[in-house]
Amino acid sequence: MSRALLKLREVQLAVILLLMVTAIGLRAPVFLSAKSVDSLLTDTAILVVMALAQMLVILTRGVDLSVAANLALCGMVAALIGEHHPALPVGVPIVAAVAVGGLLGALNGALIGLLRLPAIVVTLGSMSVFRGMIFVLSGGAWVSSQHMSPGFIAFPLDRLLGLTHLVWVALLAIALAWWLTGHTRFGRELYAIGNHPVSAAYVGIPVRLRLFAVYTLAGMAAGLCGYLWVARYAVAFTEIASGFELSVIAACVIGGISIAGGVGSVAGAALGALFLGIIGNALPVIQVSPFWQSAITGTVIVVAVVFNAREGRRIGKQILPVDAPRPRPLLAIPAAQAEGS
Amino acid sequence: MNPPVRHHIANRAPLAPGALLTRWESLLALVLLLILVVAGGTLRGFLDLDNLADSTFNFSEKALIALPMALLIIVREIDISVSAILALASVAMGYANQHGVPVAGMVAAGVLTGAAAGVLNGLLVTRFAIPSIVVTIGTMSLYRGIAQVVLGDQAYTGYPEALGNWGQGYFFGTLPRPFAVMLLFAALFAALLHATSFGRRVFAIGSNPVAARFSGIPVNRYRFILFVLTGTMAGVAAVLLTGRIGSTRPNIALGWELEAITMVILGGVGIAGGSGTIGGVMLAVLTLGMVTYALGMANVPGILMTIVVGMLLLVTITVPVLLHRRTARRSA
Repeated sequence: MSRALLKLREVQLAVILLLMVTAIGLRAPVFLSAKSVDSLLTDTAILVVMALAQMLVILTRGVDLSVAANLALCGMVAALIGEHHPALPVGVPIVAAVAVGGLLGALNGALIGLLRLPAIVVTLGSMSVFRGMIFVLSGGAWVSSQHMSPGFIAFPLDRLLGLTHLVWVALLAIALAWWLTGHTRFGRELYAIGNHPVSAAYVGIPVRLRLFAVYTLAGMAAGLCGYLWVARYAVAFTEIASGFELSVIAACVIGGISIAGGVGSVAGAALGALFLGIIGNALPVIQVSPFWQSAITGTVIVVAVVFNAREGRRIGKQILPVDAPRPRPLLAIPAAQAEGS
Repeated sequence: MNPPVRHHIANRAPLAPGALLTRWESLLALVLLLILVVAGGTLRGFLDLDNLADSTFNFSEKALIALPMALLIIVREIDISVSAILALASVAMGYANQHGVPVAGMVAAGVLTGAAAGVLNGLLVTRFAIPSIVVTIGTMSLYRGIAQVVLGDQAYTGYPEALGNWGQGYFFGTLPRPFAVMLLFAALFAALLHATSFGRRVFAIGSNPVAARFSGIPVNRYRFILFVLTGTMAGVAAVLLTGRIGSTRPNIALGWELEAITMVILGGVGIAGGSGTIGGVMLAVLTLGMVTYALGMANVPGILMTIVVGMLLLVTITVPVLLHRRTARRSA
C-alpha cells in the first residue's frame, strides 16, 4: 500500500517539496517563519489558479499561450474601470475582468473548438493581438497606485481567518478544479478527449463544445487573475506578466501533466506551481543571486520531464522501436480530419 | 480491354496555371505586392532603394532562425528555445571578446555554442521521446538563465569593428550584409528541402513518422540533425545581431521565437507537419518586414504592429478552413 502510494507522481513531488523546504529551512530558519510562508503562499496564488486552468486545457491535448496576454488585458480593463469610476464597489471591475477574459477565451475556443484549428497557432496569434490591445486601450499609459481606489488595491491582500484573499482564491480554485475533474461529467469528458479524441467523439462526447468551454474557462481564470495581479502590484501597463504563460505551462509540466493529453491531476498542477513559487521565494533568503532563478527553473523542468518520460516508457512494449509511441498532440493532425466529417 | 485498375498512384500532378494561382505562395506574393503598391503610393520615400535596403536589417536575423524552424515544423517538431540559444551564443561571443579572442574565434564561439545547445535539445527529444515543446520550454529557461548568470547586471560591449561590419555593413555599398547572408542561407535551405533526398525524407517524416520509420528512414537521427541545425543557425543569427547592436544584454532577442514561428506559419508551413516551402517562408518574411517598415514610416507605434502580425496569423489559418467548408458543403 505505502509503496504504491510512493509511486504516485504527486506524492513523489510532495516529498521532494518537503525535502527542499526542510533543506532551505535548515540553511535559513527564517524561511519557515509564519510570515515567510504566508508571503510564499500569497505570491504563488495567481500561478496556482492559472496552472489549474491551463491543466484543463492541456488535458484535452491543447495549450493556451495567450493566457498571460489575456491576464494583462483584463488587468488593464479592471484598472481603467477602477480609475474612472472609483466609487463603484470592487466587485464591478472583478466581474468585468472575468467577463472580458471569458470573452477572449471564447474567441480562442471558437477557433480551436468549433473550427478545429491547431491550438498552438491560434493562441500564438491571439497572444499578440491581446497584448497589442492593451496598448490601444491604455494609449500606452500606466495606471499606477495613485489612480486606483484604496478598496480596489486592498482586496487581494485583505485577510480572512488569517489568510489573504489571494490564498483563499487559490484554495477555492483548487476545490473547484478537484470537483470539476473528478466529480463531474464535464471533467471526465476532458480526460476522454485528451486520451483519444476520435473515440471520444464516437462515444458521443461533443468534442467541439467541450473544447470551446475549456478555453472560455481558461480565459475567465486569466481575467480574474488579471484583476488580482493589477490590484496586488498596484500597477497596470502594457508589458505586465509578459512571459508568464511559459511559467504557467512549466508549472503544469513539473506537476506531471502530460502535454500529450489525458494525464494530470489537480494536486500535480498545484504542487508544480508551488515548486516554482518556492524556488522564486527561497533564492533571496538563502542568498543566491536572483539571476540563478531562470537557470534553476529550466534545469528542474528538464529533469522533471526526463523523469516522467522514463516512467511512462516502461509501460509500453514495442517490438520495433518506433519513434512516436503515440501521436504528438500539439503538432498532430486535427481530429476533425480523422473523424472523417 | 484493360484489366480493372484498383489503385491509382499518380505521379506529381501536372502543372496547371489555375492551380498555381490558388497556391498559398501566390496569395502571399499578391499580399506583398499590394503592400508595396499601397505603401509606395501613399508614403513618401517608401520605394527609395536605400530605405528599402536598410529596412531589411529588422528581419534578416529572425529569418535566419525561421529557416531551420520551418524544417522542424515540417517534421512535427518545434523549438521554443531559439531566442534563448541566441542569447547564450551572444554571451559566449562577449565572453570570448573579454578574453582577447580574435573575431574569427568569437564567430566560432557563437556558432558552436548554438550547435551545442541544439545538441542538448536534440538528445532530450530523441533519447527520451519527450514532446519537443516541453523540452524546449525547459531549455529556453535554462539557456537564458545561464546567460543571465554569466552577465549578472552587466552587459558585454566593446566589440571589435570587424564584427560590427558583418552586422551593419554593406556589400557593394548598397546590399546589407545580414540580408545577403539571409539570401544565401535561404537558397541553401531551399536546395536542401526541395532538391535532395534529405528534404524528401523530411517531408515523409512529417507526413507520417511511423510509416517513415517502417520504410527505413532513421527518423530520430533526422530529428536530432534538425535540432542541431536550428541551434547552429541561432548561433549564426547571434553573430550578426551582436555585431549589429554592438552589445549583449540578458534580454537580447527576447520573444523572437514566437516571431520566427509566426513567419513559418504565415509562410504556409502546415503545423500538422509534412507540408511547406522555403519560398513561402521567405515571402512571409518579406511581407512581415514590409508591413513593419510601412507602419514605421507611417509613425505607427511598434506595439500596434503585434496586433497586425497576430491578426495576419489568425486570418491566414482561418480563411482556408472557412473556404474549404463552403466548397465542401457545395459539393455535398
